[in-house]
Amino acid sequence: MAGTKGARAGAPAVQENGAQGDVRKIDAGFQVELLRKMLLIRRFEERAAQMYGLKKIGGFCHLYIGQEAVAVGAIAAIDLAKDYIVAAYRDHGYALACGMEPRLLMAELFGKATGVSRGKGGSMHFFDAARHMYGGNGIVGAQIPVATGVAMKIRYRREGGVVLCWFGDGAIHQGSFHESLNMAKIWNLPIVYICENNHYGMGTDFRRVSSVTDFAVMGSSYGIPGSQVNGMDVLEVHREVKAAAKRARSESTPVFLEVLTYRYRGHSMSDPAKYRTPEELESYKKQDPILIQKARMQETGFSDADFSALEAEFKAVCDDAVKFAEESPEPDLSTLHEDVYA
Amino acid sequence: MSVITFREALRAAIDEEMARDDSVLLLGEEVGQYNGAYKVSQGLLEKYGPDRVIDTPISEEGFTGIGIGAAMAGLRPIVEWMTLNFSLQALDQVYSNASKMRYMSGGQFSVPIVFRGPNGPAEFLGSQHSQALQSIYAHVPGLKVVAPSTPADAKGLLKASIRDNNPVVFLEGELMYSWKGEVPDGELVIPLGTADIKRPGKDVTLIGFSKPLRMVLEAAEALAAQGVDAEVLDLRSIRPLDEAAIYESVRRTNRCVVVDEAWPFASVGSHIAWLVSRNCFDDLDAAVELVSAEDVPMPYNHGLELAAQPSVEKIVDAVKRVTYA
Repeated sequence: MAGTKGARAGAPAVQENGAQGDVRKIDAGFQVELLRKMLLIRRFEERAAQMYGLKKIGGFCHLYIGQEAVAVGAIAAIDLAKDYIVAAYRDHGYALACGMEPRLLMAELFGKATGVSRGKGGSMHFFDAARHMYGGNGIVGAQIPVATGVAMKIRYRREGGVVLCWFGDGAIHQGSFHESLNMAKIWNLPIVYICENNHYGMGTDFRRVSSVTDFAVMGSSYGIPGSQVNGMDVLEVHREVKAAAKRARSESTPVFLEVLTYRYRGHSMSDPAKYRTPEELESYKKQDPILIQKARMQETGFSDADFSALEAEFKAVCDDAVKFAEESPEPDLSTLHEDVYA
Repeated sequence: MSVITFREALRAAIDEEMARDDSVLLLGEEVGQYNGAYKVSQGLLEKYGPDRVIDTPISEEGFTGIGIGAAMAGLRPIVEWMTLNFSLQALDQVYSNASKMRYMSGGQFSVPIVFRGPNGPAEFLGSQHSQALQSIYAHVPGLKVVAPSTPADAKGLLKASIRDNNPVVFLEGELMYSWKGEVPDGELVIPLGTADIKRPGKDVTLIGFSKPLRMVLEAAEALAAQGVDAEVLDLRSIRPLDEAAIYESVRRTNRCVVVDEAWPFASVGSHIAWLVSRNCFDDLDAAVELVSAEDVPMPYNHGLELAAQPSVEKIVDAVKRVTYA
């Protein structure tokens, strides 16, 4: 496991390749895929912010910029044919990482009938039953028991799958977290709890509100070992989540990871993030997950031109998503009463 | 036809559905080794094993949410709350997740789950253990709320609730578990949303559900002795609500008394009284009366706690008001 290094405030940028050994041994095509997913999320989120500014998107909109490696590395480590993912309200990144269509997500943000949740969910409620993407949950920590219940189903049916459940540093103090870990342990449920520590629960530095600052220990009182992962390094996230998922699956046991990451934007679109210094933000931007991965791949032949081609591709994807969302119809008012009961 | 207790009727429903469908599980505090705090699940652990009859820690929010996740993924859990008072610990999971998952996902997910346990006051249990909480569950679109008053209804409605693809809050009563009643032999499934006339009458409609229904029937007998022929309509299910049955009855009797052991403010009872007032306005010969709990926390002292609840006398008095007797 990764020990305690990683994306702490003021910490030096992650060492080049050090954690990954020889990256040349990692399939180049796979690495490109990870970069592609992260870049798609980054550009999608930037476009969402732009559309929010234009009032095409309303309400709460929590952007994933800075944290892309966490969703991408983790989801690349599982098989969504048999595995499941459950996340909180900052959910655009997981949705894109698991292959949901940018068009349908942007349409959901626009509240259109073509959105993944028919315009009834919005930013915090992306779901895709077919891809085993179980939300998208707007109540801090409320998804943790739900994810644990999905793991209970896997265990009951002896299906061999695993659940990845993400939550933030804010959610770790909710009772739902502690109750879930206890039951997951006593019932041997195959689930990887991933505390995605982006350092701020809304505007509160996690160190101000936690009795411990090393969250990796938070599972230990339930007999669940934990470790810290550098969430700015997609290969490290992938490797650690893969190992955790393998263990959860093969031993039918919960595993806990604290993934250290950082969000560049405020908690939501209305948050100017005045509770942190520009220097802190800049120090993290030097550890940018996309730039780290790009630099690493450049050592093995990935060129600036290759990167530019990806940029152009995802600009077109986002253009298309916005166009699709713009042109999609508003939900018919008759749908108001649909989907309340099965 | 067999005469069995309310408790046995519930157990039979769970047992039959567990035998019929291996996606049905029972989880909650003391449901397994202890055989249930009120012995509803007696013998089920032995019959179905610990994978399907699951003792939980005292973590209502956690195991309620776990049931919801399992339901989203295809199981059909029955979550036993030892009492509805403790369900308040789990309210976020029911309100924010169970009731809304289908809507928020644009219809992608169903949550076929039953939350069940005793609701309302028993005796000498004090304020925190004597709450009738139907109003807070009935308030939420996306939930169904079921409240039988007889063993037969308990069995038939619980089986329907377990088979329903929506989250159902199933209300029982601590004092009801030992009630006996005739239950038809063989398969019994009662559709949710069908009220039942427990006593036909022509002078006034008494509307109730769950434990107070027995008291309502006693009041109807007392009224009969005084020459008033009361009809007793048992709602059985609060959501969906059989509005048609309510209006049909009130339009015949032209008078209505609603009985609900919850507090009166923003309650199921007050809502039904409003529905009747609005939809039967031209048929009513008197304002609708509501017999509810007094608007106080439940006291411990027995005389005080009885005074805080609906009673035969209060119901008879209300009928006298609507009949101008």
